[in-house]
Amino acid sequence: MPSPPEIPSRAHVAFHLNGEPVQVSFAPHKTLLEVLREDLQLTGTKHGCELGECGACAVLVDGRPVLSCLVLGLECSGRAVKTVEGMGSAAGLHPLQKAFADLGAAQCGYCTPGFLLTAQALLDSNASPSLPQIREALAGNICRCTGYVKIFEAVELAAAWMRGEEAAPRRESLYGTDFDESGLLPVNQPEPVNR
Amino acid sequence: MTKPRTRVVGRPYPKVDAAAKVTGQTRFADDLTLPRMLHCKLLRSRRAHAKLVRVDASKALALPGVLAVATGADLPIAFGILPVSQDEHALCLDRVRFVGDPVAAVAAVDEDTAADALAAIDVEYEDLATIDSIDAAVATPEPRIHDYGDRDNFHKLVSMEFGDLEEGFANADVVRDDLFFYEGNTHLPLEQHAALADFGPDGKLTLWSSTQTPHYVHRALAKVLEMPAARIRVIATPNGGGFGGKSDPFNHEIVVAHLSRVTRRPVKICLTREEVFYCHRGRHPTLMRVRTGAKRDGSITAMHFQTALDGGGYGSYGVASTYYTGALQTVTYQVPAYRFDGARVFTNKPPCGPKRGHGTPQPRFALEVQLDKIAVDLGLDPAAMRLAHLQPANSLTANFLRVGSMGLGPCIEKVVEASGWRERRGRMPPGRGLGIACSSYICGAGLPIYWNSMPQSGVQLKLDRSGGVAVFCGSTDIGQGSDSILAYVVAEVLGIDPFDIRVVTADTDLTPVDLGSYSSRVTLMTGNAALQAAERARELLSAAVSEKLGVPGPRVAFAEGRVFDVEAPENGFDFADAVALAESKFGTLGTVGSYTPPPSAGRYRGAGVGPSPAYSYSAAVLEAAVDAETGIYTVEKVWIAHDVGKCINPVLVVGQVEGSVYMGLGEAMMEEMAYRSGVNGNVVHKFPSMLEYKSPTTMEMPEVVTFLVEDPDPNGPFGAKEVGQGPLLPIPPAVANAVFDAVGVRVDEVPVTPEKIRKALRAKEQGKTPRYGPEVFPAIPFPEPVHIPTPAEGGDGRARDRAATGAGGVRGPVLTTP
Repeated sequence: MPSPPEIPSRAHVAFHLNGEPVQVSFAPHKTLLEVLREDLQLTGTKHGCELGECGACAVLVDGRPVLSCLVLGLECSGRAVKTVEGMGSAAGLHPLQKAFADLGAAQCGYCTPGFLLTAQALLDSNASPSLPQIREALAGNICRCTGYVKIFEAVELAAAWMRGEEAAPRRESLYGTDFDESGLLPVNQPEPVNR
Repeated sequence: MTKPRTRVVGRPYPKVDAAAKVTGQTRFADDLTLPRMLHCKLLRSRRAHAKLVRVDASKALALPGVLAVATGADLPIAFGILPVSQDEHALCLDRVRFVGDPVAAVAAVDEDTAADALAAIDVEYEDLATIDSIDAAVATPEPRIHDYGDRDNFHKLVSMEFGDLEEGFANADVVRDDLFFYEGNTHLPLEQHAALADFGPDGKLTLWSSTQTPHYVHRALAKVLEMPAARIRVIATPNGGGFGGKSDPFNHEIVVAHLSRVTRRPVKICLTREEVFYCHRGRHPTLMRVRTGAKRDGSITAMHFQTALDGGGYGSYGVASTYYTGALQTVTYQVPAYRFDGARVFTNKPPCGPKRGHGTPQPRFALEVQLDKIAVDLGLDPAAMRLAHLQPANSLTANFLRVGSMGLGPCIEKVVEASGWRERRGRMPPGRGLGIACSSYICGAGLPIYWNSMPQSGVQLKLDRSGGVAVFCGSTDIGQGSDSILAYVVAEVLGIDPFDIRVVTADTDLTPVDLGSYSSRVTLMTGNAALQAAERARELLSAAVSEKLGVPGPRVAFAEGRVFDVEAPENGFDFADAVALAESKFGTLGTVGSYTPPPSAGRYRGAGVGPSPAYSYSAAVLEAAVDAETGIYTVEKVWIAHDVGKCINPVLVVGQVEGSVYMGLGEAMMEEMAYRSGVNGNVVHKFPSMLEYKSPTTMEMPEVVTFLVEDPDPNGPFGAKEVGQGPLLPIPPAVANAVFDAVGVRVDEVPVTPEKIRKALRAKEQGKTPRYGPEVFPAIPFPEPVHIPTPAEGGDGRARDRAATGAGGVRGPVLTTP
């Protein structure tokens, strides 16, 4: 009977993940993306290419956005990693998350975690980014659903909220331009549905 | 139809799944794991066209960690999305037809072990001559890529004529004859296809998959695995983008199901990005010849439209795609006499299929650019010319498509006004230009893919005494918001909060059949089914409450989570109490709703493609800035108006318009599936990677001004029509027309690249025709056309000479009306 195959050795790494210390062992060639998804079961971080082309796997390492498919898990020893699971809190959504939800900036939602973390890194360093600055900061993230328009608007809205302003989505963002609202009944006026 | 007044419908609510999506909690297919799960990898052909002499996976099976292997012989039954094109195998049986065709599969303890094992599979090929283009397919009758199809390497050949074409051309003041080419491109969803199969100890199979069409996957699994469909459960996970690319049943779905049955362990596969390019099913490269006659006022007298589609290696939706290249030319502007000749060829490339707009962006590009040329020839304003000859609302087209609501006129007026078209066009600085184009799209197909008389969409509603309402529907949320649409429609009718409703979708065990998320059918069809189920529930609650309150039924109103007397609103019940009353009166509460499209007017062979319960309309004006030296250009701004009938949720409608503009710009400006033919005849994808398949980033996306036009359609729920696909269509021709306005040259080919503009500018400098585009349409043996008298000629939708319909007509039940 042949001897059972050799069991490959694993790396053992400790780092801070979403504010909590974690220790994890994994095959040493694994990327941070694979360690997060497969060994830590944090599947909020997505993959679209695993070659650094799409931005879907972006996470923050020590506050800076990195493509987790291009970083080895081994390189994260002792560092602070933040994923989409660490953005909000039990108290509620992060302003970026709420703005993305309110404006429909997440359609299929697959690229969304990568956009959210990249945008958070931008807002952490620039509380009032201009539209060209938002475009540039997000240029490494591909979205196939939204055409980016709602994403730009959501980042602007979240930035205003994070500056403490009482901002609301622009009417054009919600209804398009010159929308005829005569078909809407007032919310708080009870009358039967009329079809 | 008057505009209905609504409370939930029409409001810009977040989607019901928005919170899950922004927190990363949505569970996509590759996020799923099961205990004892194995991983599958596919060995894909590196030859474009070859006989499979031998496939031996025994060495791979002997490797440590490998639990099972499979080859074509294990799954010999053919499948395919259309009943007339059952030409695929889970793993190639005796022939490979493109680089990337799957040949063998491995299930192993982890992905690395599975990938390593592929190298141990012996495959012996015997190369065959390859075909890499439409021209090559036309010129190469043998060897045939498939042994079925209309002849040689033509998968499909069709020809039909509506009205008297020659008389139409004789009455024309000007006849244009132009050639166009639209390059293939692909969906590029961010999520790679993934599937997880679990064959349980009870002999039942469950498959979770990122599919837009769980119902068709269910049917394909039952067929190929030779299992009773009742023992198979297909669950479509939320799709991380689809755009048509996840609408076919796929090899990998069948393979993991088979491997799970063999190993009695769960088996998962997630395709690599390179493999997603090989799955493809994207836009058909299409060559077109368009001959159009017009009067001096720009009215069309006759149109002869010829298309040649490069289908790639398999049938996929191709027969339908072919018909779609000829179907919708008639629903925008009046075309009194119309002929369509279509051909689809097989080539040794990944199969083409339905991508957003399915078969219609190519002809729409040709039509809208040619209309621009006609306007220039006649000295007419291209916008005014279009506006003057619109197909009327509530009319039948020459090819018997029934147009209901038709809001294209207001759409054109909106974008013309907002863009300053009348004042600015022709008066802009050098290199700046405006282009206009319009379009229309179906809201679901009139006929199902496989012939049957059952509903195309079904909804079940469960209500219980807690006040909980659950909606069950087979539809699949691919990001467009179909789960939310179900909740909004039911909430509107029952007067409750949409976020209190539980939506259960896309599970063949739990949810009634919906055919899938394609054809822009979901809002209209599932919306109508949900409306019917909700109205039936409302009747039950209304009867119970009217009895309790002692008021007549019509006085019972539903709003704000209450059921009450509309003449004394304080007199009523909380929704939960109303449900309890009804449960006491009727027993356990549940209702169903279903939707079947109205019968179509056409009775000729081929009339199955084109009819729809309703048509959406779009108009766009686009501003481009072109460098006349280099041809490098940017799109500065897009104004687009879309007639959506009625917004179920305006912010989602705006999002679909913006996303369509984006995807249209990608196709128009840069995206292409490009291939290289090696010296040995191998046909290889040039760049199956996201880095080199260029798609627009945040830096290329222009400002978009969106107008939502609401022209309610009687067939839509609350008047709603589609928005997911239609707004893509005007963008590529608007780009080409804007480039012409900017620098005076025509690029009659998509994508419109700087290199092509430069070549056209060079031709202009040399005094040649200032144009870049195809020069020749190949000699295709189209059959004699089927003649169908138009409604204006008193036609009844049938072909005039039934005997003549045999040659080259549609065979099989798919596209034939009874």
